[in-house]
Amino acid sequence: MAELRATSLAEVQEAVRLHPRLRPRGSGTKPALSTPREGEVALDLSGLKGILEYEPEEFVFTAYAGTPVEEVEAALRAHGQYLPFHPPLAGKGATLGGTVAAGLSGPMRERFGGLRDFILGVRFVDGEGRVVRGGGKVVKNAAGFPFHRLMVGSLGAFGVMVELSFKVFPHPRATATLRVALGGLEKAMAALERLRGLPLDLLALDLLPPATLEVRLGGFPGSLERRLKRLQELLGREGEVLHEDEAHWEGVRDLSFLEGSPVWAKVPSRLDLIPTLEGLPLGPRRYMAGGELLYVGLEPEGLHALRRAGIPHLVLKGAEEALFPPPPEAFFRKVKGALDPKGRFPLG
Amino acid sequence: MGFLEELKALFPPGRVLTREAELAPYESDALTAYRKRPLAVVLPERKEEVVEAVRLCHRYGVPFVARGSGTSLSGGSLPVEGGLVIALNRMNRILRLDPKARIAVVEPGVVNLEVSRAAAPYGLYYAPDPSSQPISTIGGNVAFNSGGAHCLKYGMTAGHVLALEAVTPEGEVVRLGGEGLEGVGPDLAGFFVGTEGLLGVALEITLRLLPKPEAYHTLLAAYGSLEAAGNAVSQVIRSRLLPGAMEIMDRLAIEAAEAAVKAGYPQAEALLIVELEGPKEEVEEEAKLLAQVIQESGATEVRIAQSEAERQAIWKGRKAAFSAVGRLSPDYIVQDGVVPRSRLGEALKEIGRLSQEYGLRVANVFHAGDGNLHPLVLYDGKKPGELERAEELAGEILKLCVRLGGSLTGEHGIGVEKKGYMPEMFATEDLLAMERVKEALDPKGLANRGKVLPEPGGRPGLEEVHG
Ligand SMILES: Cc1cc2nc3c(=O)[nH]c(=O)nc-3n(C[C@H](O)[C@H](O)[C@H](O)COP(=O)(O)OP(=O)(O)OC[C@H]3O[C@@H](n4cnc5c(N)ncnc54)[C@H](O)[C@@H]3O)c2cc1C
Repeated sequence: MAELRATSLAEVQEAVRLHPRLRPRGSGTKPALSTPREGEVALDLSGLKGILEYEPEEFVFTAYAGTPVEEVEAALRAHGQYLPFHPPLAGKGATLGGTVAAGLSGPMRERFGGLRDFILGVRFVDGEGRVVRGGGKVVKNAAGFPFHRLMVGSLGAFGVMVELSFKVFPHPRATATLRVALGGLEKAMAALERLRGLPLDLLALDLLPPATLEVRLGGFPGSLERRLKRLQELLGREGEVLHEDEAHWEGVRDLSFLEGSPVWAKVPSRLDLIPTLEGLPLGPRRYMAGGELLYVGLEPEGLHALRRAGIPHLVLKGAEEALFPPPPEAFFRKVKGALDPKGRFPLG
Repeated sequence: MGFLEELKALFPPGRVLTREAELAPYESDALTAYRKRPLAVVLPERKEEVVEAVRLCHRYGVPFVARGSGTSLSGGSLPVEGGLVIALNRMNRILRLDPKARIAVVEPGVVNLEVSRAAAPYGLYYAPDPSSQPISTIGGNVAFNSGGAHCLKYGMTAGHVLALEAVTPEGEVVRLGGEGLEGVGPDLAGFFVGTEGLLGVALEITLRLLPKPEAYHTLLAAYGSLEAAGNAVSQVIRSRLLPGAMEIMDRLAIEAAEAAVKAGYPQAEALLIVELEGPKEEVEEEAKLLAQVIQESGATEVRIAQSEAERQAIWKGRKAAFSAVGRLSPDYIVQDGVVPRSRLGEALKEIGRLSQEYGLRVANVFHAGDGNLHPLVLYDGKKPGELERAEELAGEILKLCVRLGGSLTGEHGIGVEKKGYMPEMFATEDLLAMERVKEALDPKGLANRGKVLPEPGGRPGLEEVHG
């Protein structure tokens, strides 16, 4: 299969101008999105990397889209900061661009919000090879059409992202995790619902069906014990407390619980949808962010079941058709036509 | 039948306004220097009526402007001469509030504060809090991606809008986004927010609600100079605290607030408000660190709210600051720009210099946590040439913001006021891309014609816009 590599803005523009159908790829951690389809040429962006600007005091950085999330996080860590939406698959090599195109957030999105809450700006090459910038490099900005938000979950449909800017936050000084088993899905759901409605500022709130909750707290060492205790009282359970919990959550956000499943999918779930989902033949899975975000491993049968039930999802690995359902024609098609009139990019 | 006749056939009498006296209140928004006479105003009560009105406009090629409460400070809801104003205030129902899902589904005319009020019994609230929240509508907030004092920590309106139903300028009804926090496919709802009504009219909006913070710790610190207050903000940030809000007022703004609401503020060159919020155990710890940082920052006086009443007292003056400045001057322009936080000091110094150069007073009230400046340029419209000078000064401030790496607007939008400055911040290709998207969704250029996107000829002449 033909493959191109672009390591600069100019090379991206050239690739776009020369090839009628392109499929950008970061590091390929989400093959269902990055594998070229019939007639497409892969555009490898893993060489378009590096941090361009980072002012810790501004809570903002700008980097090339092919930069591995890990590289960014290492730079942030040196200043006690992090990406609060907790991009998944970082340990597997995920890049910023791939994360944005797929629209993915991880378990710690529970605390401050997801990718859409933290993306500040983009520079991309549209379907005609033109360079377009949207958003900015400051934490607050309302000028012009927000092309950066359009990129979230776009699967590359509107252009090849070249540069991205994000807001970052100080990392909590200490963390701890409470794991409790609640004796059944219904009880676990009730507890989940209760915790979601309280101002507990949880870093992560995951449901491992059928009946386990994992709750992560972050804050000052001096307050953490008291907050843990309060959680235990709320749940009426001692549970199991993990003080060294970093490695555990790294595994979770790398979706290591999906290893071995042929199909990996993201499902936007909701509390009221969980019982339905739990009735389907799903494989290993975890509901994150208070039940709003499911990552699930599937056999082909499970994927069919999701489609049949009409539940929206995005396949990251193991299927040809990644996005269900397709975006709403009326609005999407017009925006797509404006930025990629020749249908050079995915979702054409 | 002509356009007006058809419009009157669609709406019962009393809900199509065409007489001069009825139209007058709709001729401008909060940027009162700009006025335009619309052809008519319609007052829909249901979304189907909005759709009908938009379709009619499309059929006749009549431009239209959606309007919430008309509090736009950038001429966003300024009518188009000879066009239709679709006034949405009557569409003010909260359609559904689901505490379990933590969402509210609202009509566009719902006033921002009403959402939090309705959510309060469940311990929830709607986070974006523009100072205009007791009057501005969610539709207007969505169009402008409105902000407030809590944007550093909680983001702007866009993050809090999960889904939208909208009618495109061609009259198609679309649903963007979903009811949960996560979605798949392009974030079209996120993209719609902030496009200032150029891509259609929002008919129904699904909002994210958050649990109301358990505890607050509100601190007021006085400083001998604006610069010292600015430095204190940097020190707070460097200490790795993440306050919910950090606000600064300069001496002129303090005096105005005192005169207007007797806030009881200390006499100072600058005041800094810092508010921590979160679980009580956490806030307690954070407050200890904050106390240390503020002590080291050289504050001349520090007050800490000991009760909710004292907290409200601290905020009262800040919230009243804009309108209070009206006491110091017959007229003023509220400017809105953003600079990288670390360049606040530099920006303020330059604003001071410009103020002297133009011989006009400038009061500063700003969201220091996110570098969002709100210089208030004081002038007297009755003095010939003073408005023009004030606008020029305000424009210089904007250019300064862009030069320092910031933005033309943090929250008040581009509207008509700032469209001439868009090329300062965006390259031609960026603007052309916006135009192409606009053209694709609105080939006749009907929705909010003349806003946001600069005309090829550059800045509009003042004679034209002041009409
Ligand atoms: C005293 C004062 C303080 C303010 N403080 C703040 C602040 O702290 N933060 C901040 O962000 N803003 C602030 N503003 C500005 C203003 O209140 C906001 O821009 C607000 O969102 C406007 O809401 P509105 O209902 O008045 O909208 P309008 O002024 O009526 O309309 C604003 C824009 O939205 C469009 N619009 C309205 N409804 C819809 C709809 N349903 N669909 C599509 N487009 C629509 C209009 O066409 C127009 O372009 C302040 C204004 C005042 C007067």
